[in-house]
Amino acid sequence: MKLLDWLRFRIATLFQGSEVDAEIEEELRSHIQHCADDLERSGLGRAEAERRARIEFGGREKYKEGCHEALGGNFIETVIQDVRFSLRRLRKSPGFTLAAILTLALAIGANAVVFSIMNAFLLRPLNVPHAQSLYGLWRSNDGMAESYPDYLDLRDRNRSFEGLVAYNITLAGLDTGENTSRDWVEETSGNYFDALGLQPYLGQFFHASDEHGPNSAPYIVLTYTFWHTHFQDDRGVVGRVVQVNKRPFTIVGVAPPEFHGTLLFFNPDFFSPIVNHEQLGANDLKARGDRWVFMVMGHLKAGVTPAQAIADLDSIGAELERNYPKDDGKMTFTLARPSLYGDYLGRPVREFLTALTVLAGLILLAACANLGSLFAARAADRSREVALRLALGSSRNRILRGLFTEAVLISLLGGAVGLLGSVVLLQGLSSWNPFPRWPIHLSVAPDANVYGVALLLALASGFLFGAVPVRQVLLTNPYEIVKAGSNRRVGRRITARDLLLVVQIAICAVLVTSSMVAVRGLARSLHDNFGFDVQNTMLAETDLSMGGYSGDRAAAMQKRMVDAVESIPGVESVGLADTIPLGDSAPDSLVFADGTSDLRPSNSAADALIFNISPEYFHAARTALLSGRTFTLHDDKNSPRVAIVNPNFARKLFGSVPKALGSYYKMRDGTRLQVVGVAEDGKYTGLTEDPQSVMFVPILQAPSSSTYLVVHSNRDPQQLGAAIRSTLRQLDAGLPVYVETRYKELDVMLFGPRMATLALGVMGVMGAMLAITGIFGMAAYSVSKRLRELGIRVALGGQRKEVLQAALGRALQLLAFGSAAGLFLGILATPVLAFIVDQATPRDPLVLAGVVLAMALLGLMATWIPARRALSVDPMILLREE
Amino acid sequence: MTDQAQLLPGTLDLLILRAVSLGPLHGYGILLRIGQISDNALLIEQGALYPGLFRLVRQGLLKANWGTSDNNRRAKFYELTATGRKRLREETDNWNRLATAIASALSQQPEEV
Repeated sequence: MKLLDWLRFRIATLFQGSEVDAEIEEELRSHIQHCADDLERSGLGRAEAERRARIEFGGREKYKEGCHEALGGNFIETVIQDVRFSLRRLRKSPGFTLAAILTLALAIGANAVVFSIMNAFLLRPLNVPHAQSLYGLWRSNDGMAESYPDYLDLRDRNRSFEGLVAYNITLAGLDTGENTSRDWVEETSGNYFDALGLQPYLGQFFHASDEHGPNSAPYIVLTYTFWHTHFQDDRGVVGRVVQVNKRPFTIVGVAPPEFHGTLLFFNPDFFSPIVNHEQLGANDLKARGDRWVFMVMGHLKAGVTPAQAIADLDSIGAELERNYPKDDGKMTFTLARPSLYGDYLGRPVREFLTALTVLAGLILLAACANLGSLFAARAADRSREVALRLALGSSRNRILRGLFTEAVLISLLGGAVGLLGSVVLLQGLSSWNPFPRWPIHLSVAPDANVYGVALLLALASGFLFGAVPVRQVLLTNPYEIVKAGSNRRVGRRITARDLLLVVQIAICAVLVTSSMVAVRGLARSLHDNFGFDVQNTMLAETDLSMGGYSGDRAAAMQKRMVDAVESIPGVESVGLADTIPLGDSAPDSLVFADGTSDLRPSNSAADALIFNISPEYFHAARTALLSGRTFTLHDDKNSPRVAIVNPNFARKLFGSVPKALGSYYKMRDGTRLQVVGVAEDGKYTGLTEDPQSVMFVPILQAPSSSTYLVVHSNRDPQQLGAAIRSTLRQLDAGLPVYVETRYKELDVMLFGPRMATLALGVMGVMGAMLAITGIFGMAAYSVSKRLRELGIRVALGGQRKEVLQAALGRALQLLAFGSAAGLFLGILATPVLAFIVDQATPRDPLVLAGVVLAMALLGLMATWIPARRALSVDPMILLREE
Repeated sequence: MTDQAQLLPGTLDLLILRAVSLGPLHGYGILLRIGQISDNALLIEQGALYPGLFRLVRQGLLKANWGTSDNNRRAKFYELTATGRKRLREETDNWNRLATAIASALSQQPEEV
């Protein structure tokens, strides 16, 4: 209420402003007239009496303002006055204004972008009701995947969750009667939509009651986007029967527009019941040891704490462990946020974004330091004006308010421009699909949070750099300055301005250092030995189940595909593999020493990744075979099981590489495999991975319908890709094929490091720009301050070198000092970088030299114009002017 | 003029209230009345009166009305409100207590301390 009254009063006085003014004016005039009347009566002439009365009255303007202030009513009016005055002043120095606004726009824009990303990734909850109580089940140290039987037990026995749902992600071929398209499917448990509390946009969802054992629920629910793009918003799709992997499924409904599945940024095309998994994937719904279900999650019941839920889950886990010792290893749980797959993506994203936020904050700080010193310089130039206003009775408060108004105006304008730029950038980012193979969409469009933060940052920075010249104004002694002119500088050795500049240069050098470290790290990790050839290799990905092939028909089709592609001119060799290193995650399995008879998980010797490959794979991928032999076409279902392992596997199971050859080991189901060869180590799941144990097995002994053709050829990728596509289309026109280069396939792996390098590069460039303007401002200011001195030096025969030294020595000193500090700090900060960018090391002469060179260049660029100006001083003109 | 005393901060308001308590006055009149009741012992710059007047009006201690003065000029006349009268009483008591205490403190002879 109080505030409202206050506001009403303020606004009323604002509109009555001129009336109030007239009234005060009239009252003061009346006072002076009365006073003059008295003086006239004592014998003075009227004119003289009025003059005396005015003198006796004192500073009329001052008292008028006092009256206004006493009324308390001119707050808004003063602000408007201040704003108008500041705008006029800013218009008078467009260069300064533009530079200041741009500087801030860059800094605030950078912060807005970083914050939007942070907001979208970490702060905004999933687009489902009550997302705060939604938790995913994380197996301690072992990810979120579960087997389907384990999921069922967890779902039915727990007492902590409203309803546990499971989902898995897979590719399927959708045939609507025209072409078969290759689409991403979220296979969900029947209770998925109901437990998440969602309502269909159209038709209905499938429910838990639709599940009656394997393949009992051939229904699909389309996402809104997919419905929009593939069915042209046709409301008649509900009830339509379509072919998914050549099997009939009924479209039962369309999901609401804002729902894109429960994995952030991964937008599936449609949903289907997980009980029909056998029609879409290769995994067994009944296999308790096969953890293929991507994620299990649910809403905590009201009043249940996460700790209670974990205890509940652990007790179920212990029971399962007892009942199924062969399949279930240690089962302890923690709860994780499902949106970024718990810590798996969440942790690096969080760390990266935190680092980015710090950097963006540093940029803003540097910009503030920059603007602060510009403002201080401006205030110093205005010291005469300030002194005059003080002498004429203006209050220091009023002058400071003017300065702050100017600073806040600039910061708001800069903030607005920066925000505008960031909105454009973010919209671009939101519509960007970084990996064509994946349905990844980064919806990072700014929301109210972002606008709020940008406004706050703008205001805060305005006050921050506006505060720099405050002391200067407070210390102004009007009489001294009016008497002496403003040219006398008090010769303090280190001013706050110098300190600000050093800090800013140091920040810039940190950014330049870390971006160079990142770039070098990225470049080096691209030249790593991956254990396969990245160049001259194409991949053609197919899933024969999309075309309705299975069993022997699939194997025969694969042989025909290999033969057909091999016959394309220019193709050297073609291999076949179910998954490829640094591609989608390869399946892994526990392996046991041959002597182990109790095959429970705790007795395993290693956890090995499994690649199912054809005999020609190693040759086509250019993976070196270190010893032994590769597979042959005789290693098929009818012959003994064999494997080729990598040295890491060999050392773990057999102690050394030579001992591995010819030895046996066991899989979980007791199958014995003989090692017939050892292939070189490589990278398998990520660029920064720890050494992995890997086994290759013949695809003839472990068939898979979903495969990559690995094609080695020197031909131009574009032509070759087209040739592969058309060749495969001749074999089966309805089979979706995805062709890309081996290099492109690495995009997913390189996304993180690339983004990090890009972000750091952008920040580095921004830091450099800020440093240039900062040094430029300081050098230009010091040259202009000392023009007279320089003129005298020139007149007295000073050498160019001396003149330059006098003009720019200080700026260059500060630059050197700041760069050294920044370089040092940057080197200290690189361990943080090493999290994201493989091989990021600052102990790299190229990086050191690069930073020194970059900073020197910056200094040269920034001081070039002031130096020219200092050298072209004409003593005659200068001396005449004074 | 030189032996006039500077006003203590805050005392101008008290003087204005006192001056007006004897009857409605316009600004210049208030000034004259203060001079009269203080035997011209206080130095007050004429203009300084007005911010004080406006402040008191805003606090509701005074009310103002336009009227015609003895000189036949338009002028704004101030008079005490009920709150103003009450405030004047309180402030006068306060001031007297303070003045007595300080006077007594300052008049003590060293040996008596």
